Amino acid sequence: MSGKRLADEFVAEAQEIVEALGKDLLFLDERRGDEPDPEVVNGIFRGAHSLKGLSAMFGFPALSTVAHQMEDVLDALRLGKLRFDDRVLDALIESLDVLQALLAEGAGGAVDAGPAHEAAQTQARRLEALLTGQGAAGPDPLEALGLDPQLRAVLTEYEEHRLKENARKGLPLWKVRAVFGLEDFDQKLAALNAALKPLGEVVSTLPSSRPGEEATIAFDLLFAARGARDAVAGAVAPLGAELSALSGPLEPPVALAAPSEGPEPPAPSRPPVPLEVDEPRSETSLRSLTQTVRVDIGRLDALMNAVGELGLVRANLERLAEVARTATAVLPGRWGQELHAETRALARKLEELQAGILDVRMVPLGQVFDKLARLVRRLVRESGKEIHFQIHGGDVELDKLIVEELSDPLMHLLRNAIDHGVEPRAQREKQGKAGLATIRLAARAQGNHVLLEVGDDGAGMDEERIREVALERGLVTRTRLNELSRDEVLKLVFLPGFSTRAEVTELSGRGVGLDVVKTNLARLSGVIDLSSTRGQGTTFVLTLPLTLAILRALVVEVSGKTWAVPLNSVQEIVAVEAKALRTVERREVLQLRGQTVPFVRLARLFGLPEAKLERYHVVVVALAQQRVGLAVDALVGQQDVVTKPLGGRLAHVPGVAGATDLGNRRTVLVLDVASLMEEFLRPRAAAVP
Amino acid sequence: MAAEQKVLIVEDSRATRELVSATLSAMGLEVVSAQNGFDALKLLPRHRFSLIITDINMPDINGLELINFVKRNPNYRDTPLFVITTEGREVDRQRGLQLGASEYLVKPFQSELLGALVKRYLAL
Repeated sequence: MSGKRLADEFVAEAQEIVEALGKDLLFLDERRGDEPDPEVVNGIFRGAHSLKGLSAMFGFPALSTVAHQMEDVLDALRLGKLRFDDRVLDALIESLDVLQALLAEGAGGAVDAGPAHEAAQTQARRLEALLTGQGAAGPDPLEALGLDPQLRAVLTEYEEHRLKENARKGLPLWKVRAVFGLEDFDQKLAALNAALKPLGEVVSTLPSSRPGEEATIAFDLLFAARGARDAVAGAVAPLGAELSALSGPLEPPVALAAPSEGPEPPAPSRPPVPLEVDEPRSETSLRSLTQTVRVDIGRLDALMNAVGELGLVRANLERLAEVARTATAVLPGRWGQELHAETRALARKLEELQAGILDVRMVPLGQVFDKLARLVRRLVRESGKEIHFQIHGGDVELDKLIVEELSDPLMHLLRNAIDHGVEPRAQREKQGKAGLATIRLAARAQGNHVLLEVGDDGAGMDEERIREVALERGLVTRTRLNELSRDEVLKLVFLPGFSTRAEVTELSGRGVGLDVVKTNLARLSGVIDLSSTRGQGTTFVLTLPLTLAILRALVVEVSGKTWAVPLNSVQEIVAVEAKALRTVERREVLQLRGQTVPFVRLARLFGLPEAKLERYHVVVVALAQQRVGLAVDALVGQQDVVTKPLGGRLAHVPGVAGATDLGNRRTVLVLDVASLMEEFLRPRAAAVP
Repeated sequence: MAAEQKVLIVEDSRATRELVSATLSAMGLEVVSAQNGFDALKLLPRHRFSLIITDINMPDINGLELINFVKRNPNYRDTPLFVITTEGREVDRQRGLQLGASEYLVKPFQSELLGALVKRYLAL
């Protein structure tokens, strides 16, 4: 196995662990104030432990250090040496962001440098500080049990702790012995565990050193029972297990402190290590670092079937070709019919294969929603507002590539909703609204698209304020502004330069980096729209294609060159007389059903010789809420294309997304509608030369 | 060299498993992996292993329990067993060795070290 593959494997596994940690910590986060479930805490401990070992093995010391400190804190928690409180939970949750940032740097090749490393040191010290003042454990109740030293030798510290905890509570400890066949012992053990679980805690499962007969294996389960002996014996008897006492009932735990109290942690003041909470942390991207997709084996089977059937078609085609090759006379009409049938079968099977491969690329949005939920909970807590966060449609699937790219735009929108969308309780109540605000993140599939909604029931956007800001920033002229409807005014917030971070607080509405959100989505061939009602809230709707891998394209010709325009951004095609073009503010525009649409001569844009035409074919492309008419010489047709990125010097040419092969070895360039429009619609500066 | 010798790796980290496998495969050994103690118990009677390499901290059946099982079972007790773990405290090392582990490697360890130890025990 190559080093590259091993490194990828590392990043993928580390990423999985961090995600699992996030899920478990979110679970605890949602139940703040409750006694944490020991199994969940132990699960998180195991995750941190695995990450520590893994990253040490693969040479990522900073990652290993943070994981190690988390592990120590979790170990203290699960061993009852540290009290579980908000301070501890916050530190653990925030460690995840540090881990994420380190992984991102690591995946980018930086092993032991970069800004995340400083954050890692700080975080490690902060976690370490949680453990200072941690007291010694109390007297050992297991001493009194006279346990077999050999037995104690195989227990981990945690298992021993669980035994002690149960002994402290005065629960009887049992040894449950069971002998199972080698073939199905894991199922039988699972059944035994399930039978025991309602009656107490299975502390350890020991494969027995004295095996029974051949082809069997014996297990001793150490079990702390809450129920009576008869109940336990009755539960395990159907599985052929026997019960024996590991200890008699203990003396009542007179001198022992109640287990939950434990040693006092240091006063709940802030940790001694100063904590930079704001900026660097919020920069951490939620995007996952791997290019790996886990695939259900059933989906692969379907692909394999399609390939098998393609093999049959191929055999038939070969036979027909052979007939044609060796034919001495005119081919029979039946031959043509058969050929036709086979090519149709081929087309069908290829479609199936294509659909199957697209299917394999699909992942549920829930992967991103989970990470967002964690972030939202933290932001909500920091904002001091009372917000209920709803998620719907986590099972909706999208192309892995798109899902990855979505997390940052969604994070932006959610952050805006929390910071600027919803009002504090007092203000809401004054307006007669429910005190608890709601922010909603929802996804649903619609045909070839997925609609994502980020909505709040906050104050809604202030149209007048947007008008003022747009004027101040010179984004529109006063005349133009007067023509705009409310909806059009709201959409001004997507213009680059509409707002900068500094103005965020003074704006009652929003506008933080919305142009960035828009651009990111446009890159995914996505469209963003918004609706907002004063006093009732704001909703952003993102429309995304299911996949980017295969593109339906409109093939056009410009100055003798062929181009492909992604069909999902084409709104309509119109013919326009040259004399119908007008010039407004030094830009050519055309009138489309009463609306003014910028007119772009592709030939001129790419520096190609222009033909003087009486009539133009105009391909109207739309992205987000912008429209542009592209003048082309001829329309060739529609075709499915697979876009290949351009390398080298061509990689960053604005307006070109990549190249594709139209068959017959003709390579054409694919227009990048998003960057084209951005280039062209940049306010003022980008007037047509 | 004798006919291909088999090594069992018990380790819940996929990437670490692959890393160790890569080292061993490069030495001409056949590697069988288990991602937990249960898998290991299932694999033990089905193969004749020349060496067992196990992690300690694993769910359900931990590495110590596995060592104890192997070392008290007449069928496997003579098979050399290495521990690979992040538990680097001396007390942990002592427990592992007392239960019968032949070598106790603390992660991170160099692949070359593992390679050299394997060579010595398998007389490669």
